[in-house]
Amino acid sequence: MITKMSHVSIYVLDQNSAYDFYVNKLGLIVHTDAPMGPDARWLTVTPKEQPELEISLMAVKPGMGFTEDTAKKMKELIKAGTFGFGVFETKNIDATYEELKAKGVEFTKAPTKEFYGTEALFKDDSGNWFSLGEK
Amino acid sequence: MWRDNITKLLLLKVEYPKAYLYRRIVQAKLFIDRHFREKINIDEIAGEASFSRFHFIRLFKQAYGDTPHQYLMSLRMLEAEKLMANPDLKIQDICFEIGFESVGTFTTQFTKLYGKTPKRRQKEILEKKRITIEEPLRTVPNCFAEKQFSRSVAPGR
Repeated sequence: MITKMSHVSIYVLDQNSAYDFYVNKLGLIVHTDAPMGPDARWLTVTPKEQPELEISLMAVKPGMGFTEDTAKKMKELIKAGTFGFGVFETKNIDATYEELKAKGVEFTKAPTKEFYGTEALFKDDSGNWFSLGEK
Repeated sequence: MWRDNITKLLLLKVEYPKAYLYRRIVQAKLFIDRHFREKINIDEIAGEASFSRFHFIRLFKQAYGDTPHQYLMSLRMLEAEKLMANPDLKIQDICFEIGFESVGTFTTQFTKLYGKTPKRRQKEILEKKRITIEEPLRTVPNCFAEKQFSRSVAPGR
C-alpha cells in the first residue's frame, strides 16, 4: 500500500535563479543542495509545514536525462508555459498574494473563489505555473 | 447600468480595506524577514505599520497562522540551522548571531521546537554535509540518480 509521496520534480531553466525564486520569494526551505560533479546539482526544497516532501528543482541540460535535442525542446515548452506543476497551499491567500506580489512574483490570476476553493495563479522564474490555494 | 456601478462601488468598499490591511501586515512581515537577526521589538514593528500591539498580533496571526513573536522565533531557528553547517561556529556564536542574548534561552527554545539540543542538531547537520560532499549520490533516490547523475558522479553506493 502506497501511503505518501516523498519526492517530486520541477524542471527549471536555471537552478541558481530557481533557488532564488523558490527559497527567497516563495519561502520554501532548502532540504539538500549537493553538487554532483562539475555540471550537475541535486537541489531540493520543502514547504515549511511539509518537510517530508522534497521538491527537486531539476535543471534541463543535455546529459541530465536529456539529449541536446530533447533539452532544447523541453526548454522551449517550459518557457512557453506548457507545464502546470501543482498547487501550493497557504492559510491566508490574500496575505500571501500581497506578499508574493511585493516580492515580484508574476500572477496571472488574482485570488478568486472557485468551486473547489479560493485560488490564484502564478508563474515561476522559468515559466512553470502553479495554483495557490487557501486551506 | 447604475446597478452595476453601485455593485462595483460596494465591492470596492469591501475589498479595498482588506487588501490595504494585508499590504501593511505584509510590510511588517517583510521588516521582520530583513531584521530578524537584530534585537527587534514587536511594539516597534506594530507602530511602524500603524497598528496597536493587540490589533497587529491578531491580524498577523490571521494572515500567517503564527504570532509575530512565534514567526520571529521560527526564522531565527531556521537561520541557526543554516549557521550550524559551519563547523567553526560554536552554539554560543550562533546564538548571538541570530539575536538571542542568552545561550540558555536559545537552547530551551531550540530544543522545544526540534526535540533535540542545538549541539546534537549541529552534529547531524555536519554529518549530512560530510555525506553530501563525499558521497553525494547517497542523498539522491535512485529514480533520479540513475537517469540524471549517473554520468556526472562516480557511484557512491
